Amino acid sequence: MDYILSLITFIPLAGVLLLLVMPRNNAMLRGVALGVSLVTFIVSIGLICEFKTIADYQFVENIPWIKAGSFQMNYHVGIDGISLWLVILTTFIMPIAILSTWTAVEEKVKEYMICLLLLQVGMLGAFISLDLFLFYIFWELMLIPMYFIIGIWGGKNRVYAAVKFFIYTMVGSLLMLVAIMYVYFKAGAGDFDITRFYSIGLDPATQTWLFLAFALAFAIKVPMFPLHTWLPDAHTEAPTAGSVILAAVLLKMGTYGFVRFAIPLFPDATARFTPLIATLSVIGIVYASLVAMMQEDVKKLVAYSSVAHLGFVMIGVFALNQQGIAGGMLQMINHGISTGALFLIVGFIYERRHTRLITDFGGLSKQMPIFATIFMIVTFSSIGLPGTNGFVGEFLVLLGGFESKLRVWTIIASSGVILSAVYMLWMFQRVMFGELSNPKNQLLKDLNVREIVIMVPLIVMIFVMGIYPKPFIDRMIPSIDKLIIQAKKTQVAQLVVPASVIDNAAAVVASPSAEHAVPAAGTASPDMPDGHSILPAGHPAGESK
Amino acid sequence: MFDNVWLIPLFPLIGFLINGFLGKKIKNEAIIGGIGTLAIFGSFLVSCGILIEMISRGPENRVFEKVLFPWIHAGNFKADMAFLLDPLSVVMIMVVTGVGSLIHLYSIGYMHGEEGFYRFFAYLNLFCMSMLLLVLGNNMLVMFIGWEGVGLCSYLLIGYYFHKKSAGDAAKKAFVMNRVGDFGFLVGLFTLYWWLGDNANVWTINFMEIKKAAHLLPYGGVVTVATLCFFVGATGKSAQIPLFTWLPDAMEGPTPVSALIHAATMVTAGVYMIGRMSFVFIKSPDTMMVIAVVGAATAIFAATIGTAQNDIKRVLAYSTVSQLGFMFLAMGTGAFAAGIFHLMTHAFFKACLFLGSGSVIHAMHYALHHAHSHDDAQDMRNMGGLRKSMPITFITFLVSTIAISGIPGFSGFFSKDEILWQAFSNPYHGGLNIVLWGIGAVAACFTAFYMFRLVFMTFYGESRINPKAKSHLHESPLVITIPLMVLGFLAAVGGYIGLPKLVGDLFGGIPNYFEQWLEPVFEQAQEYGHHYAQSGGHHNVALEWGLMGASVVIALVGITIAFTMYVKNTELPGKFTSTFPALHRAVYNKWYIDELYDFLFVNPCKAFGNFLWKGFDVLVVDGIVNGVAAVVKGWSSAFRYTETGYVHNYAFVMAAGTVAILGYYIFR
Repeated sequence: MDYILSLITFIPLAGVLLLLVMPRNNAMLRGVALGVSLVTFIVSIGLICEFKTIADYQFVENIPWIKAGSFQMNYHVGIDGISLWLVILTTFIMPIAILSTWTAVEEKVKEYMICLLLLQVGMLGAFISLDLFLFYIFWELMLIPMYFIIGIWGGKNRVYAAVKFFIYTMVGSLLMLVAIMYVYFKAGAGDFDITRFYSIGLDPATQTWLFLAFALAFAIKVPMFPLHTWLPDAHTEAPTAGSVILAAVLLKMGTYGFVRFAIPLFPDATARFTPLIATLSVIGIVYASLVAMMQEDVKKLVAYSSVAHLGFVMIGVFALNQQGIAGGMLQMINHGISTGALFLIVGFIYERRHTRLITDFGGLSKQMPIFATIFMIVTFSSIGLPGTNGFVGEFLVLLGGFESKLRVWTIIASSGVILSAVYMLWMFQRVMFGELSNPKNQLLKDLNVREIVIMVPLIVMIFVMGIYPKPFIDRMIPSIDKLIIQAKKTQVAQLVVPASVIDNAAAVVASPSAEHAVPAAGTASPDMPDGHSILPAGHPAGESK
Repeated sequence: MFDNVWLIPLFPLIGFLINGFLGKKIKNEAIIGGIGTLAIFGSFLVSCGILIEMISRGPENRVFEKVLFPWIHAGNFKADMAFLLDPLSVVMIMVVTGVGSLIHLYSIGYMHGEEGFYRFFAYLNLFCMSMLLLVLGNNMLVMFIGWEGVGLCSYLLIGYYFHKKSAGDAAKKAFVMNRVGDFGFLVGLFTLYWWLGDNANVWTINFMEIKKAAHLLPYGGVVTVATLCFFVGATGKSAQIPLFTWLPDAMEGPTPVSALIHAATMVTAGVYMIGRMSFVFIKSPDTMMVIAVVGAATAIFAATIGTAQNDIKRVLAYSTVSQLGFMFLAMGTGAFAAGIFHLMTHAFFKACLFLGSGSVIHAMHYALHHAHSHDDAQDMRNMGGLRKSMPITFITFLVSTIAISGIPGFSGFFSKDEILWQAFSNPYHGGLNIVLWGIGAVAACFTAFYMFRLVFMTFYGESRINPKAKSHLHESPLVITIPLMVLGFLAAVGGYIGLPKLVGDLFGGIPNYFEQWLEPVFEQAQEYGHHYAQSGGHHNVALEWGLMGASVVIALVGITIAFTMYVKNTELPGKFTSTFPALHRAVYNKWYIDELYDFLFVNPCKAFGNFLWKGFDVLVVDGIVNGVAAVVKGWSSAFRYTETGYVHNYAFVMAAGTVAILGYYIFR
C-alpha cells in the first residue's frame, strides 16, 4: 500500500490514456470512464481502512523530481485527517457525476470523459500535495479541463461564463505563484516541503502581503463575497456534471487552501485578517441567501446557496478551535453531498423540460413522487435539519464560532438558518407543490433506475453523516489539533489566547523549532476568549503568564 | 423496564419506515392504518410499563439516563444520543403516546379513501418519533433533533394537500416561523454552553449536568440572555406572540393533524422545554416576567380573535393559542407543575374538540358531497342543529367544551383555576400579579364565550345546511367515535389527579397527586425562586375560595352571553356587527397581524433581496468586472492599430524612440 495515493491519483490518468486510443463508441467511452472512476473510488476506500487516527501525514511518498541548482522540487504527497475526507469526497462524487452525463451529453463524448477524468487527476493531486510547487501544478491542472467543460458543453452563454471563470481563477493563481516564490526564497535553498515553510517564521509585515496573495486566490475559489459573481454564471452555464464537480470539489479547493496553506503558513496575518474574513463570510451568508431567495432560475438559486454555505465553512475554519474547524471540514463534505445532489436534481428536470425557470414548474410532486421524496430529503439536508448531515456541520461551525472571538459574527451568521429555510422551501413549494397546471409538466416521467442509482449513495451519506458523524470527526481531530497549534504560533500575540492553552502556546513560542510537539488530542482546548484576557500587542504570549 | 426506553421512539420509527417505503405497495388501508396505530400503541404500552415502575420507585430514585450511542463529539463538546426518564418526561410520553394512539386510530376512519393514505400514516409515525425524542432527550441537542423533527413533520402534514396553494403557503409559513424560533433556541444553547464552560469549566449540554451546575449561574445577566433566546424558541414552537400567526394557518392540514400536532403535543413543546430547564429560567426574574406577560397577552389576544371566526377549526386554533398562553402564564409565574398540568388536561379536551370538529366536518363533507353542494363544510354558518344527527360527537364535544370553559368538576377547571390562582398569588411579580390575574380571568371569560358560541352555532338551533344535504347527515363510525369517547371521558375526569389543596382538604386531605409527582423535578427551581421572592405569597384560604368562585362566575357569564346571542336572540350578532363594523372587521381579520408582518418583514426582505441581486450583484460587482474587461479590451483594440505588419512603420517607431531617448539624455 506504499503507493496507494499515487495509484488513486493516476488511475484516472490511465483512464484518460485509454480513452484517447479508444474508438468513438459513446456507450463504450462512458462505460470505461465510469469503470475507471469506480475503480478509483474502490481503491480510495483502502485509505479509510488503513488510516491511523494520528496527526501526522500518512501514505507519504517523497521522490525528487526537478532539481536545478539549489532549486529542488519533489513529488511529495501524503494525507492527514484534513485531506482524507476531501480525497474520499472527490473519488465518491466522480462516478456519480459521470453517470449523470449518460444521456445529457451526446456530443464529443470522448473529449468530455477525458476532461472529467483529467479534472479528477488535478483535484486529487491538489488535495494530496505536500510540496507547494506540486500543489500549484495540480491547482492549475484543474483549471483547464473545467474551462473546456463549461466552454464546450455548457449552455447558451457558456463562453462568457468560461472566460469569466478562467480569468477570475487565473488572477488568483498568479498572485499565489508569486507568493509561493517569495516564501521559497525567504526559506532559503531546499525543497518546497510545506512543513519546512511552516517553521520559517516570517515577520508579520511580510506575512500580511503573502497572506493576501494566497487568500485572494483561495477566496476567489471559495468564493467569498464580493468575488463570487463568477460562480452563478459558471454554475448556470456548466453542464450538470460540471456543476456537480464544481460545487462538490472545486470550491473546496479554496477552503482547503486556507486550512492547509494560508492559515498555518501565516499565523500572524491570519490573526490580523480574521475579523475581515469573518465579516466577508457573514456578509456572504446573508447576502447570498437574500439574493438566492429572489432567483427565478433554480440552478442560480442553488449556486447562490453555495456561496452562503461556504460562508459557514469559512466562519468555522477561522474560529480556529476544534469545534469550528471540525464543523467547517464536515460542512465542506456536506456541501459537496447536498449541493452536488441539488445540481443533479436540477439536471434531471432540465433534461426533461429544457428549462430551469421556477415559474415553468409547479405541482411536480403529483407527477414524480420518487423525485419529490428525494428532492425533499436533499432540500432539508441543505437547510440543515437535524438528522441530516447539514445539521452536524452547521451546528459545530456555529458552536465553534460562538466560543471563539467571532461571537457577534456567529450570531449574525446563525440567521442563515432562517434564510436558508426561506429560500429553499419557497423554491421547493413553487416547483413541487400546487396545481400541476402546465400541460408540459403533466407528461413528465418519474426518475428512471439510473437516476435513482445516482441519488441513492448521496441520500445514504446524508443520513449516515447526520446520524453517526463520529467516525468522520474522530479521524480529523488530531490533525485539527496540530493545525490549531501551528496557527497559534503568532510572534505578536494578537490572538486572544485562552488561559487553558497558554501553557501549550508558551511551550511552542519558547521553542519555535518544536513544531511537531503536538499535545495529545483534547489538551489543546479551543480558543475560548473572554474580554479580560486580551494580551497587549507586542508581548509574546508566553510572557503574559 | 427503564432500560427499554429506547423502544418508545423506535416503534414509530419502524412504523414510519414500513409505511413510508412499502405503504404504496401495501395499498390496504386496514393494514397501513393498523401498522401505524400499533406502532404508537406499542410505545404507549412501554410508557405504561415505565410509569408503573416509576411509581413503584421512591421519588429520589426516579431519574434514569440511557445512552444509546455517541453522536457528536468534538473536543470538549459531547452530545450523545441519550434519553432521560424522570417524572416530567414520563408525563409527556404518556400524553404523547396515549393521545397519539387514539388519534392514529381515529385517522383510520377519518382519512379513509384519501389519496396518499400511507403517506399520512408514515408522516404521523415520524412525527410521534420526533416528539418522543424531544421529550426524552437527555441533552439539549437531542431535544433539538426532536424540536426540528416535529417542525418537519408539521410542515409535511400541513402541506399534505400540497396541490392547494394555501396548504403549501401554510406549511412554509409554519416552518419558517418555527425556524425563527429555532434560531433563538440555538443561540440560547450556545450562550449557556459557552458561559458554563468558560466560567465554571462545566462543558455540557446535558440537562442533569446543567442542573447540578445551575448554582453556578448568576441571577439575571447572561442567564437572562440565554433564557430569553430559549423563550424565542418557545414562542415559535408554541405559537405565542409574536410568532403565533402560523398556527391558525396550519389548519390547512387534515383534522387529526390539527388535533395531534397543533393542539395536544407539538405546540406544547415550548412549555415542556421551559419546564425541563426550570432551574435555569427561574434564575432570571426578567425572563420570568417576560414569559408571564407574553403568556397572558397571548391568552387574551388570541381569545378575542376566536370570538369572530366562522371556520370551526380556526376557532379551535385560536383557542389553542390562547390556552398555550395560559400555560406560559403559569411557567412565568413559577407555577411549573400547574403549567404542565394544564398541558395535560388541554391535550385531553382540545384533542377531543378537534377530533369532534373533524367528525362534524367529515359528516358535513359527506352530506354536502352527496347533495352536490359546494358549500364550505367547515363554516359554522352552514351547520346548526347537528346534535340530533350526531349525538355521540355532540356529547363528547359538549363535555370538552365545559372542561375548557372551566366549569367545576371538569378537568379544565382544576388546571386553569390553579394557573389563575398562581398568577394572583405568586411571590415574583409584585404589583403585576393583579394585572396578570385580571387578564387571565377576562381571557377565561372569552374562552367560555367563543367555545359555547361554537357549540351553539354547530349543534343547536335550526339546521342551516343545504336542505338537500340534510338527509345525508349521520353520526361517524365507531373508529372515530371511540377515541372521542375516551378523550371526552378524560376531559371530564382527568383533573382529579391534581385537586387543589383547598378542595382536597374538604375530602379528608386528598393530596394534589400531580404536583407531588412533579415536585422533585421543580424543587430546585422553587429553591432558586425563594432567592428573590418578594413575600411568601397570599396564602389566604378565604381569598382563594373567593377567586375560585369568581372564575366560575366569569365562565358562567361567558356562557350566558353566548347563549343569549346564539340561541335566544340570534339577530344580536348581526346587530353587533352593524353597530361596530370597524371593530368586527379588525377582529375578523385577526387584527391585521399577517398584513403587518408582510409589510414589516416579508416585503422589505424580498425587495432588499431583489435590490442586492439586480442592483448590487449584477450592476456593481459584475459592472466592475466587466468594466475592467472592457477597458482592457479598449486599450488592446487601440494598440492593435500599431500592429500594422509593415516593416517601415516599425522602423519609423524605432527611430523615433531612439531619437526621443537620446534627446532626453542630451537635453536633460
